[in-house]
Amino acid sequence: MQKDFRLEWRQRAALNGMLLYVSSTVFVCYLSFSSRGGQLPAPAWNALFWIVLLFSAVNAVAKGFLQESRGRMLYYYTLVRPQAVILAKIAYNALLLLGLALVAFVLYSVVLGNPVQNVPLFVGNVVLGAVGFASTLTLVSGIAAKATNSSTLMAVLGFPLMVPMLLLLIKVSKNALDGLEFEASRSSLLTLVALNMIVGAVSYLLFPFLWRS
Amino acid sequence: MKKNWWKALSVVLLLYVAVAGLLLPVPRLAILNETIRNLYFHVPMWFGMTFVLLASVYYSVRYLRTPTPELDIRAHESARTGILMGFVGLATGSIWAKYTWGAWWTNDPKLNGAAIAMLIYGAYLVLRSSFTDEQQRARISAIYNIFAFATAMPLFYILPRLTDSLHPGAGGNPAFAKYDLDSNMRLVFYPAVIGWTLLAFWLAQLASRVSLLKLRLYEKQLA
Repeated sequence: MQKDFRLEWRQRAALNGMLLYVSSTVFVCYLSFSSRGGQLPAPAWNALFWIVLLFSAVNAVAKGFLQESRGRMLYYYTLVRPQAVILAKIAYNALLLLGLALVAFVLYSVVLGNPVQNVPLFVGNVVLGAVGFASTLTLVSGIAAKATNSSTLMAVLGFPLMVPMLLLLIKVSKNALDGLEFEASRSSLLTLVALNMIVGAVSYLLFPFLWRS
Repeated sequence: MKKNWWKALSVVLLLYVAVAGLLLPVPRLAILNETIRNLYFHVPMWFGMTFVLLASVYYSVRYLRTPTPELDIRAHESARTGILMGFVGLATGSIWAKYTWGAWWTNDPKLNGAAIAMLIYGAYLVLRSSFTDEQQRARISAIYNIFAFATAMPLFYILPRLTDSLHPGAGGNPAFAKYDLDSNMRLVFYPAVIGWTLLAFWLAQLASRVSLLKLRLYEKQLA
């Protein structure tokens, strides 16, 4: 498990590219809205933030399986159990997305202002979002990698599957923006945790079958 | 004939629903009025869809355990029937909304959830068509089918409950809670659910039989 994680970590060539991707997306958003003096109303700020995260997540996670060579897959296959591979991939992707999300958040608040009133809730929400995106997209990228037109499939399969999660995330972060107390978003947070667990468990169960082919 | 009793039951129940659903008295509720009869045609679609998609997941799980082309065909045709039921459900709901709310579509969590779930299953069909190898297609679409069911069901049954909605049964709008008092409506509603669900299974069975026959014919031509 730990070794697997290190194997993932070693091929982090894409990481710098992803960081640059996020920064340039944020900057493009900033420039597009600069006619308003760089100040966005809170709902638009929220929506834009999650769209930036969504697209960078799809791009970041898609690399995980699409760039894997066939030989290396076979090599992993002989070494470890498939469950270890999916867990390691999910953990790696979650950490990757978390890093990306935090960088995006910092950059975003620097250029577009930071209207968040309840920062701990917002950050906790971002953590849940990163884990959820990672566990959904890891399996989807594994599926898409097997097909012929994989980059289109990645978006077609991934976006609708992430919508339930995204709706909850946007709702909670709206609460955090408005500075509502924790009670207001507790049921949504719990549902989010439950959804993450369902998706993670299903990925864990299904991946061995995907792996075999 | 012994095996086919449920098809006859479906026909009888649906005939009964069509006649009784349009003729029996219904309670007078504000705004809903006579459109309440849509309960017999719109709501059972979602029941039928859920059950037939559940059957599809069952076949997909069985396919992953013992891969045979027959199980793959059954899973695929059940999912397609589920999508058909979903579209009919959206259409009946949309027509109803035009006369009750005055718009074909409103920005409502239940409506959006149903539309997104249809997108998820549309992606299933796209996924199937993007493989050339049959075994790989069957295996991977079975995996996606299970995954899609696990994420689409919260959209139907959990998320709308968390937010207020214009849809009957949410946010204080009249729905089941009030029908409970009215046993006349139950007399039609329960048979409607059973009848439409059986019809969905019948459709799925017929579609799988056609696909299986096509497969056999193809194999015969090859041999």
